[in-house]
Amino acid sequence: MTQSHHISDELLMAYEAGSLAEGWSLAVATHLAFCPECRARAHTASAVGGALLDTLETSPVAASSFDQVMAMIDAPQDLTETITPSTERITGTVPSPLRAYVGADLDAISWKRIGTAGHQALIPTGDSETSVRLLRIPAGSPVPEHGHRGLELTVILRGTLVDGDERFGVGEIEEADSDLEHTPCAGEGEECICLAVTDAPLKFRSLVVRLAQPFLGI
Amino acid sequence: MPVNETATPEASLELNARMSANILAIAQSADRAAFRAVFEFYAPRVKSFLMRSGGDTARAEEVTQETMVAVWRKAHLFDPQKASAATWIFTIARNLRIDAYRKERRPEIDPEDPALQISPPADAMSELAGAQDAAALAGALAELGPDDRQLLELAYYKDRSQSQIASELGLPLGTVKSRMRQIYARLRNRLEHLERDT
Repeated sequence: MTQSHHISDELLMAYEAGSLAEGWSLAVATHLAFCPECRARAHTASAVGGALLDTLETSPVAASSFDQVMAMIDAPQDLTETITPSTERITGTVPSPLRAYVGADLDAISWKRIGTAGHQALIPTGDSETSVRLLRIPAGSPVPEHGHRGLELTVILRGTLVDGDERFGVGEIEEADSDLEHTPCAGEGEECICLAVTDAPLKFRSLVVRLAQPFLGI
Repeated sequence: MPVNETATPEASLELNARMSANILAIAQSADRAAFRAVFEFYAPRVKSFLMRSGGDTARAEEVTQETMVAVWRKAHLFDPQKASAATWIFTIARNLRIDAYRKERRPEIDPEDPALQISPPADAMSELAGAQDAAALAGALAELGPDDRQLLELAYYKDRSQSQIASELGLPLGTVKSRMRQIYARLRNRLEHLERDT
């Protein structure tokens, strides 16, 4: 598989269709913030949704539907829902989709040790399908093993990531399947901070099943 | 998928011109008649879209109403140069579906983010009006075979991930991914032809 450093067509379509789990979507949106080219491609994928909506058979709405909508529109608006401008310091390295999860400053994150030299910070999401984390790897060190089996998306936020002959810079994305045997390393000269999204480990999934067993009767 | 009056590029252009004007009228003058026209065309389609992703009727009705309220409130953000009326409404309904049905957030870029890397000014793609894009796509979608159509419907309407699609259709995941790539390439190709011809 050749590395494009951009989002694959099929991933972009799933993101725009709205059928991609939150964890994967976070990696896609973070790359989009850095990449005007992928943003233009994403336009096409969302326009497919619009074209499909136009040709859809209709389902009748409730008779009172329009009046209910107008009543909601006329009701005083709950201002807590409107976005207030962020007062956080913007460093430029954490784009908006990721900032909502980890804040604006990569150096203010509380890192936990992983492996011999690296650090990680887990990012909770609403989906149970993915594991999302930030990894901080010293210059020249390999990415610590973090239990990835299926797809893995990595977006570089600082430094570079070197995987075989490929070098990924800030904002670029690596999309790796489980059949890709690889040992990515932080580039020489500067530590690498990246967003890494993987399939949730089966260990965790089976624990969920074990916990649910008494309720499911299996 | 029934072939109906919006499936041709000409009909799509005409529909979009009307609906875009309506949304702009909502933004400019809180035009209720314009909103009613948008509601009458799109609310039954949004509801149909939501019901396909597995929601019951009451839930689909509720999220349809939320979508239409958002159309009214966000009308000032609609930019016909960037997206067709249908695409804009689709993205609102899609995001509310993720929120309501999956209880997940949708990570999205904020177009006002100063950290955002801006597009180069000579970006041909952004000069392409949303309406022409949508019209070309309507034509290209009408030409897709039933298998390709089914894949798009599973992904866009039924909210199925690519691995769920693979197991539902009894196909390897790699096949689903490569077919999605091919569909995308065909649609993209049509749009690039359009750019060259205009």
